[in-house]
Amino acid sequence: MERNLMKGNEALAEAAIRAGCKCFFGYPITPQTEISAYLAKRFKAAGGVFLQAESEIAAINMVLGAASTGVRAMTSSSSPGISLKSEGISYIAGSDLPCVIINVQRGGPGLGGIQPSQADYWQATKALGHGDFQLLVFAPNSVQEMVDTVIKAFDLADQYRMPAMILADGLLGQMMEPVTFPEVTSKPVEKPWATNGHGNKRDHNIINSLYLQPDVLEKSVIDRFKRYDEIKEKHAEAELYKTEDAEIVVAAYGATSRVAKSAVNMAREQGIKAGLIRPVTLWPFPIKQFQKTAETADKFLCVEMSMGQMIDDVKLAINCSKPVEFFGRTGGVIPKPSEILDEIKKYVGGAK
Amino acid sequence: MTHDILLAGFGGQGILFAGKILAYSGLMDEKEVSWLPSYGPEMRGGTCNCSVCISDEPIGSPLVLEPSILIVMNTPSLEKFAGSVKAGGTIVVDSTMVDAKVDRDDVKTFYIPATELAQTNDLAGGANIILLGKMFKETGIVSEETFKKAIEKVVPAKKAALAANNLKAVKIGMDY
Amino acid sequence: MAVVFEKPKSMADVTLHYCPGCTHGIIHRLVCEVIDEMGIEGDTIGVCPVGCSVMAYDYFNCDMIEAAHGRAPAVATGVKRTNPDKFVFTYQGDGDLAAIGTAETVHAATRGENIVVIFVNNTTYGMTGGQMAPTTLPGQVTQTTPYGRDPKLMGYPVRVCEMLATLTGTALAQRVAVNSVPNIREAKKAIRKAFENQRDKKGFSIVEVLSTCPTNWGLSPVDALKRLEDEMIPYYPLGVFKDANAFPEKEGE
Repeated sequence: MERNLMKGNEALAEAAIRAGCKCFFGYPITPQTEISAYLAKRFKAAGGVFLQAESEIAAINMVLGAASTGVRAMTSSSSPGISLKSEGISYIAGSDLPCVIINVQRGGPGLGGIQPSQADYWQATKALGHGDFQLLVFAPNSVQEMVDTVIKAFDLADQYRMPAMILADGLLGQMMEPVTFPEVTSKPVEKPWATNGHGNKRDHNIINSLYLQPDVLEKSVIDRFKRYDEIKEKHAEAELYKTEDAEIVVAAYGATSRVAKSAVNMAREQGIKAGLIRPVTLWPFPIKQFQKTAETADKFLCVEMSMGQMIDDVKLAINCSKPVEFFGRTGGVIPKPSEILDEIKKYVGGAK
Repeated sequence: MTHDILLAGFGGQGILFAGKILAYSGLMDEKEVSWLPSYGPEMRGGTCNCSVCISDEPIGSPLVLEPSILIVMNTPSLEKFAGSVKAGGTIVVDSTMVDAKVDRDDVKTFYIPATELAQTNDLAGGANIILLGKMFKETGIVSEETFKKAIEKVVPAKKAALAANNLKAVKIGMDY
Repeated sequence: MAVVFEKPKSMADVTLHYCPGCTHGIIHRLVCEVIDEMGIEGDTIGVCPVGCSVMAYDYFNCDMIEAAHGRAPAVATGVKRTNPDKFVFTYQGDGDLAAIGTAETVHAATRGENIVVIFVNNTTYGMTGGQMAPTTLPGQVTQTTPYGRDPKLMGYPVRVCEMLATLTGTALAQRVAVNSVPNIREAKKAIRKAFENQRDKKGFSIVEVLSTCPTNWGLSPVDALKRLEDEMIPYYPLGVFKDANAFPEKEGE
């Protein structure tokens, strides 16, 4: 298959088309606007709908409408825009609708900056809107993995009738790397619940998140959480790198994991037994993989482009059985491999 | 073998395009490559730089902080980045645009009046590629043949004149 | 025995939750009659608002979606853009459409979004117990304007049809009322025209229906109809504010 150089944002967009995405509703914001620009251009020939909405709020609700009719729908934004979408995301989750939402994170809070960040981890995994619900959250760390993840995100969103988020960042969105586009083999799932006109052939369908009876609402939430349990069991993913004999294991995801891997390699060259665990899915969090790593590791070092958000999940995953240290840069500053190496050395008592 | 290359100058000098050609050259040689632009609120003008990694191994951080090769097209970039080049590394300077000299003896520095050469050879805007040519000759990281393939990949067939100009520019750089 | 009156087929055979004297039921019925007459129930998708008609998804037999407060035009846009051959309508109240959903409304109109908007204006937030709406009249007493709406403090009510009539994408902007038989007949004609506009791809059609809220107005149903006539219609005159094809160049395509 031909390798082509593509920007992360454009690769996400192309992958969406190949995954059978039929519509995109978005609003311009740096550093993800190339997704809109690419789809505005390409959807005409590919037979999809591109619409620039009047706001992030409108865009996510257009996604809700399109997803209600059973088509694969997507929106993308960057941190401040995702906050605006949170209302719609809660409704989408409460209505059991599948869709894909991309967050190419930038520094926050507020208007923040436009450089890469991972400060939306809590938002993505804990509280992307009001109410009891989760999104599937994927954290690719290369342009190729972004492509593969878009396809997987659409498939799992459809399978479990829930929104999926790709939590990228400005670095992954703006960089170019070689990509190949795999043939999409998944088949579209049946959506008998879709509100696309009953054609007088079935009862009317209703897409709704309102349940005024507490016991009915409770049951709908519990049913949804049963699906979450299945997802936790089957779809939690992590990449382990040199962890078998590692004394210190660095935990990092997304773009940061690449910097961390460079640091782990530098540490190994200096005789330090360092390894890396990279959550590929942030929800579900790869708890088993962390527990397995904790069997041999003496210590964890969580590295993030934030003040420390994933670290809570790392501690919970291993039941605080080993010390978990933290190193982070925030506001759009990308950590340097040498900085992470210094932290590793600090915790293993210097080079051996 | 990994080459961490940083290209820097003003917006509009073709920094990102030169980086792209460089990344495609790596791709043509079936290497692992990454290309990362600095991005900011200014669309034109202002300073601009671009990190390109070409390696036999999967690339870790795509952000080049300690380049093994630095190409600079303005004085602020030379002042900012010359000190970060790895010992033994290479710096290629557009001496039409930069009066200053590199004050280090642990790196190989090459001065080439790329902007002037572009003008005298009727290749307006081709200084970036002339600098690439010079860098290829001094480092050998990309062959003329690979560069040609990369140009063919990046420049659409209907803009053949543009491809020819780029090939001419790289040759000027290599022959300087 | 000959049946001389029955429920429209596209109206569900359930008890509506609306208060006694509320005119939502009439407006639901008019929409359903039009759907029946055009034979489009199987091809229609309705979008409900947040407000008194939040549960209208149970009252229409076509496919239905319940949107967030004010977002119905955006949801309808998502449906219509991906299903251009289906009929899509929203059913919204004044708070939903003209306060929290103003941006969605104005932009769906200016895009000439080929949908029908049924806008029920009863000058109050009924569902939450009668607070000031964007259409509450000057001097009107509500829970949040206990001394009457003072335009110096709370501004003036929005005339939605007049505002949307200024937009090129709007095909139909018409205000009707359901306080008398002649007005109800006129209202149905307007709703029919709005759906026909959608069939003919003419652009955004809004029918504003002046409606009553006896409960929150603190009036009997009959007095409420009288208030509509005496106080609302003078501020919100009935009539057609725009009737055009927003996309004349598309004709003949």
